Amino acid sequence: MTEIRINGKTAETEAATLLELAKELGLPERGVALAIDGRLARRELWAATALREGSEVIIVKAAYGG
Amino acid sequence: MERRYDRQILLPEIGEEGQRKLARARVLLVGCGGLGAPIATYLTAAGVGTLGLMDDDKVSLTNMQRQVLFTEGQVGLGKVACAALRLRQLNSEVAIREYPCRLALDNADTNISEYDIVVDGTDNAASRYLISDVCQRLGKPYVYGSICGLEGQVAVLCKGRATYRTLFPDAPLNTDKHVVGVTPAVVGSVEASQVIQLICGYGESLVDRLWTIDLRTMQSFIINL
Repeated sequence: MTEIRINGKTAETEAATLLELAKELGLPERGVALAIDGRLARRELWAATALREGSEVIIVKAAYGG
Repeated sequence: MERRYDRQILLPEIGEEGQRKLARARVLLVGCGGLGAPIATYLTAAGVGTLGLMDDDKVSLTNMQRQVLFTEGQVGLGKVACAALRLRQLNSEVAIREYPCRLALDNADTNISEYDIVVDGTDNAASRYLISDVCQRLGKPYVYGSICGLEGQVAVLCKGRATYRTLFPDAPLNTDKHVVGVTPAVVGSVEASQVIQLICGYGESLVDRLWTIDLRTMQSFIINL
């Protein structure tokens, strides 16, 4: 298990990459952005982006209203 | 003698020079709903030279809890005309231009090319893709903002590297209907602030950065795009 922070809250995960984390959290396949350590990670890089102890992940769901 | 803009000219970030820049600026607001109300109000009050208002919608009763530019007596009337009436009463020095239509493929280039900055008051992803694509092509900054419930986000796109497609390459073409009025008030005010900041050139704007706010917790993040 790796201890990371998701949207500022401490969380434990078995995921080794952003893509595995997205699956673990059941995030929708479209309309979600992920940032790690303050920087947006493009979806095609999720599989290659490793999670480490203390990684700061931010989940941003697309919002459509105005 | 008191002058209209005295209080903001006192700010070193604006000053006389910033006020002149505001007076020369041309800003297009796409969407005159919940986000549009504070955006249009504060940009008009601040004295932007030209403010274009684009929306094909009519005022409805369900708008009233957040779209505070309108009155009960205006239900059923066109939003752009109603907003323009109120904004001209607020500041007759601002040229308010009315576009009672939707932004579409066949009018986006022509309309956006007449402005320096586009600011987002839309309520759907399709319009945001269109604004972003045209702004990127024409080299115009796009002040993006959107809301959902008690959450919101703002970024300055198409000025650096990032566009709306960088952020959400594949957003479903949904719309969010659930909202309380203070959410667009907060987010629209931040968008207006970014517009003024871009025009006057102070501080560190949200170019290539996304700001998010959750009004349930007041938790806020900034992400580099």
